[in-house]
Amino acid sequence: MHSTTAAAPFVHEQFDDIEQQRKAAKLGMWIFLATEVLFFGGLFLGYTVYRFTYGHVFVQASRKLDVVIGGTNTAVLLISSLVMAFSVRASQLDQRRRLVGLLLGTAVLGCVFMSLKAVEYHKDYVDHLVPRLGFKWVGADPGNAELFYWIYFAMTGLHAIHVTVGIGILVVLAMLAWRGRFRNGNYNPVEIAGLYWHFVDIVWVFLFPLLYLVGHR
Amino acid sequence: MKTATEIDIQTEGEMPRLHYLNVEIGVKSWLLTTDHKRIGILYLWTILVFFLIASVAAAMMRIELLTPQGDFVTNETYNKLFTIHGVLMVWFFLIPSIPTVLGNFVIPPMIGARDVAFPKLNLLSWYIFVAGGALTLWAIIHGGVDTGWTFYTPYSTTYANSHVITMAGGVFVAGFSSIITGMNFMTTIHKMRAPGLTWFRLPLFIWSMYATSVILVLATPVLAITLAVMCVERIWGVGVFDPKLGGDPILFQHMFWFYSHPAVYIMILPGMGVISELITCFSRKRIFGYGFVAAASMAIAVLGFLVWGHHMFVSGQSVYAGMVFSILSFLVAIPSAIKVFNWTATLHKGSIYFTTPMLYALGFIGLFTIGGMTGLFLATLAVDVHVHDSYFVIAHFHYIMVGGMVMAFMGGLHYWWPKITGRLYPEFAGKLAAMITFLGFNLTFFPQFILGYLGMPRRYHAYPPEFQLFNVLSTAGASILGVGYLLPLIYFLWSLKFGRVAGPNPWRATGLEWQTPSPPPKHNFEKTPTVTERPYGYSPEEDVDLHLASI
Repeated sequence: MHSTTAAAPFVHEQFDDIEQQRKAAKLGMWIFLATEVLFFGGLFLGYTVYRFTYGHVFVQASRKLDVVIGGTNTAVLLISSLVMAFSVRASQLDQRRRLVGLLLGTAVLGCVFMSLKAVEYHKDYVDHLVPRLGFKWVGADPGNAELFYWIYFAMTGLHAIHVTVGIGILVVLAMLAWRGRFRNGNYNPVEIAGLYWHFVDIVWVFLFPLLYLVGHR
Repeated sequence: MKTATEIDIQTEGEMPRLHYLNVEIGVKSWLLTTDHKRIGILYLWTILVFFLIASVAAAMMRIELLTPQGDFVTNETYNKLFTIHGVLMVWFFLIPSIPTVLGNFVIPPMIGARDVAFPKLNLLSWYIFVAGGALTLWAIIHGGVDTGWTFYTPYSTTYANSHVITMAGGVFVAGFSSIITGMNFMTTIHKMRAPGLTWFRLPLFIWSMYATSVILVLATPVLAITLAVMCVERIWGVGVFDPKLGGDPILFQHMFWFYSHPAVYIMILPGMGVISELITCFSRKRIFGYGFVAAASMAIAVLGFLVWGHHMFVSGQSVYAGMVFSILSFLVAIPSAIKVFNWTATLHKGSIYFTTPMLYALGFIGLFTIGGMTGLFLATLAVDVHVHDSYFVIAHFHYIMVGGMVMAFMGGLHYWWPKITGRLYPEFAGKLAAMITFLGFNLTFFPQFILGYLGMPRRYHAYPPEFQLFNVLSTAGASILGVGYLLPLIYFLWSLKFGRVAGPNPWRATGLEWQTPSPPPKHNFEKTPTVTERPYGYSPEEDVDLHLASI
């Protein structure tokens, strides 16, 4: 129908060429990420308001979180982002096998993060830090402390949902890459998935100091 | 000259053999379509259903308010009625109305594109919208919600004994449809414009849809997280709005209005875009001050994010915050007034044609001005304390949303109807409906300004007897307004079969969407057009005797 469409089968019919398609997809993802910033933003606002109002209790409560697991997870996610960046490069250079390996590597690091998070949540439960599920607090203002943990679970939980979605996307991309879907300059999907993964990573980079480190000097 | 034009119209009054409506047929071809034009029509039918349900709720409220006593429905039912009316009208009619129906249909042809940037996501947005609507309807059928459309805490989280979670869930889900639509439109406008179509050659409807999309994308997620937190708090009894833990219910109001005030501009900016198209076409003149009208849309979108606190003047917010929000709210009047003055200046020395869309457009200017001016009363701290939560507020925002947005939606629907269906609606019936709507609207809502000023609070099903006269007037107006909405429904359906064939450009309008057959082919254009000049190249002198299509 359109000459360009015949030349490159992965150019969708509404676009003139691969360049336009690539730019559109990238912009679309950036706009989506702006949406995500404001989605998380509501919880960040809640945190900020109560950190300001109940600073002392928030510091006390923050000390009970496991900095070692949190720190390890930060490292895991940062490395996963590096691997993701390599995947994008591999897709641009049309290196199929390497691309599959790197995408799976990123997904595995995501799974490591989720596993450590699960261990940590269990530990929190054993330590009676889960609001409404046997929450116990020795010290002043148990209500405010419960508020801190509510925010902690809401923010890390929402983040964990995003990580899980990301792992799913990476696995699907790895399968498609195996079938050679991203060859000949059609690396667009890998690139925008990379943007999403880096975003999820950056959210954690903000969560970690706000939740784990405020109590430490 | 005149005869030549008539002959011209007759020769082009033929339906194209193959167009987007008959290229594929059958239910499946509609449910799996990725054609932006068909998706626009899917949205049109869907929001019509919600509009009808919400209108019935409004009608029942107006019947109750005929008499001072609560004799038609109980106060509990009344609470549910205004919640249904508010939730459905705001999220399932007004917010999607112009963007998803007219925006979906005309944005791509207006910029010379074959489709939006993400056609599959576009279809997905409709399915998400239907899913959100279904959840909301489920909540209504199973007993409704009595919190009002604002879901204020702690009533919604702790005390309300109704289907709050399901209905808020419906709104939450529908929000993602808004986000996808906004994302799609922004990307389309950035990346899909025809060669030569620079930013300052864009029709003003595109500018206003761009400004709307920015709000959809940046405000909707805040509502989503707010409602999610509210629902978690209702289920688990713990959350950031929970006073038991030292949480603050007012935080909910901040977060809710951080979305919902910009959302008010989602409910007017698209209308302003439509009016800019109509005023130029039917006064046969280039718009006065193109750059200012375009910039005013963006200014409204930006300022809209900075004024949410004016909903909370009496919620215990600090006096200084109140003053800042008051000043910022006044600032919104500047871009709004720029638009009104520029439309008026466009009319000056134009060749004005009082067609149906033009009647709606002129109605819009008057009603929007009243709605906007009373908004300034409400932005004034001391006056707001007096009229807060009264019928004055109700009248104010209905002048903007119904007098503004719905008039613009109807005007735009009449204007692009020949493009959408290939047929003309009956002009006389159209004019009649436009005038009935205008009259009925004013009779419904003007008395409410007086009621509010005299002190009648909103959201009560009974009231002191001295308010009865104005309430009877308002109910009478509402029944006339109902006729004004039913008429177009009838003659639009009639025109699908019996309307005169329109031809590609019955209004002799400029703009790329009129350069393609009506209805357009699947990909809008046989050949991508090239743009070489500014929009609205109308000439009032040449068009003095123009024979515009009518039936």
